[in-house]
Amino acid sequence: MTTRADVCAAAIADAFKDDGEIFASPMGLLPTVGVRLARLTSNPDLLISDGESVFLAGTPPLGGKDVVEGWIPFPKVFDVVAYGKRHVMMGATQVDRQGNQNISAIGDFARPRRQLLGSRGAPGNTVNNRTSYWVPRHSTRVFVERVDVVSGVGPTLAAAAGRGAAKYNDIHRIVSNLAVFDVGGPDGTLRVLSIHPGVSADELHEATGFELDVPTGVPTTREPTSEEVTLIENVIDPKGLRFKEVPNA
Amino acid sequence: MTRPRDKKMSIDDVVASLESGMTIGIGGWGPRRKPMALVRALYRSDLTDLHVVSWGGADVGLLARAGKIRRLTYAFVSLDTVPLEPNFQRARQNGTIPEVVELDEGMFQTGLRAAAQRLPFLPMRAGLGSDVMLNNPQLATVTSPYADADGAREELVAVPALRLDAALVHLNRADAHGNATYLGPDPYFDDLFAMAADKTYLSVEEVVDTAGLTVDTPVQRLLLSRMMVDGVVEAPNGAHFTSCVPDYERDERFQKAYAAAAGGPDEDWQAFHDRFLSGDETAYQAAVTAFREEQG
Repeated sequence: MTTRADVCAAAIADAFKDDGEIFASPMGLLPTVGVRLARLTSNPDLLISDGESVFLAGTPPLGGKDVVEGWIPFPKVFDVVAYGKRHVMMGATQVDRQGNQNISAIGDFARPRRQLLGSRGAPGNTVNNRTSYWVPRHSTRVFVERVDVVSGVGPTLAAAAGRGAAKYNDIHRIVSNLAVFDVGGPDGTLRVLSIHPGVSADELHEATGFELDVPTGVPTTREPTSEEVTLIENVIDPKGLRFKEVPNA
Repeated sequence: MTRPRDKKMSIDDVVASLESGMTIGIGGWGPRRKPMALVRALYRSDLTDLHVVSWGGADVGLLARAGKIRRLTYAFVSLDTVPLEPNFQRARQNGTIPEVVELDEGMFQTGLRAAAQRLPFLPMRAGLGSDVMLNNPQLATVTSPYADADGAREELVAVPALRLDAALVHLNRADAHGNATYLGPDPYFDDLFAMAADKTYLSVEEVVDTAGLTVDTPVQRLLLSRMMVDGVVEAPNGAHFTSCVPDYERDERFQKAYAAAAGGPDEDWQAFHDRFLSGDETAYQAAVTAFREEQG
């Protein structure tokens, strides 16, 4: 039986398979597993970093070291964001129907109920380079009708802000522990691309805080191949850290 | 023999040269290479109403807890292994920072770059369509004077110069004149902070003679030139508890203790303050040594 964590890893890997030779920037654990899986299978041209300041020539396990093939300190990350050859997968405390993301604050920005990280690079990422989101615990608190603060910009707001914002706005995939989405729905809204094995459409509706259009015959997210499972288990995450983020159901 | 002037000074000299109401940029990045010895001195100073400009970590947390911040310009405040900075969270949720300017983190760099280049603004995409524009009504846009092939013109954010009265940065080595090297993997933006500021105060792990800066270190690691620096403070372990590799890694155990005290009841913070922050830098370092011994 394939684990949910490995299904998510394969879905994340698929989000990076057609990116070509660009800087893959995964934020957090499962995105890192998925990106490394893509690099070992569908897209060996991806550039990956140690999450700190160097590009790694090989594909080490989580937390591992490898031969260095480049230098990517924070100032250069900003250069690459503007250059555009980057695909970032960020977290999202909230994501809404229009594909906007919030990592800034919950409640009123002036006096938040809960202060989060701050918008970090989300406003810049979303109008410069391909951006995806990872949500380890899909719930009505995360998938909301409208985010409290727009950190990451979805296609509708980008279009409204004009060509400067819309030109390179590219919200690619939203992968949760239940399903995979893009923003190809009506007027750039969230669309279900696939539902993970073992998850029902009802379960997905209940866990989502807005009316979700689930087309009949929506596919089931593919299971990872045995080669992929072997790579995840033996090469990328031998300690099984991914199960802390997505436990076995 | 004529030589450039000696800029060595004490931590107290730096604080004495600052004034309440100033805009102060703090170098480093989140929990990395922060000029914490200087920040601790601000924390216990009489200075108030500061405009703090920082890719924030515990520097922002400490100054917020001490009620020093009138205005905060930031893109994030995080300790990484403790994602949400408890003192910052508390200050925001209690509304004790009167003015808050949350920018995109690249926008922040563009603002410093505009200041460093003595320009009123620089254009960029970041911010467009996001609540950064909504929550900062002072941010304006500018229309490109150059049209795309179809004749349309892009509207971009005119990121205003982030001009600083003073910058505080911490590097690994410097000479007495202010030439300085970073020995870790990342320069962060300390050169931009220095050039965006009227005055730059630099603390370092070690002051060496000028020849010593490049004796075992490539010249490309000379991030700061003395023309950008007004004061040099030798402050060993002065970035503690943030990282200052290769001299030392982040002190995770201490950071945990800090975060627990900051996020706990007032008595916990008071105890942390009394133990670590009520004396001068020498007392702080002695208390940290005792903490380490106690932790084993």
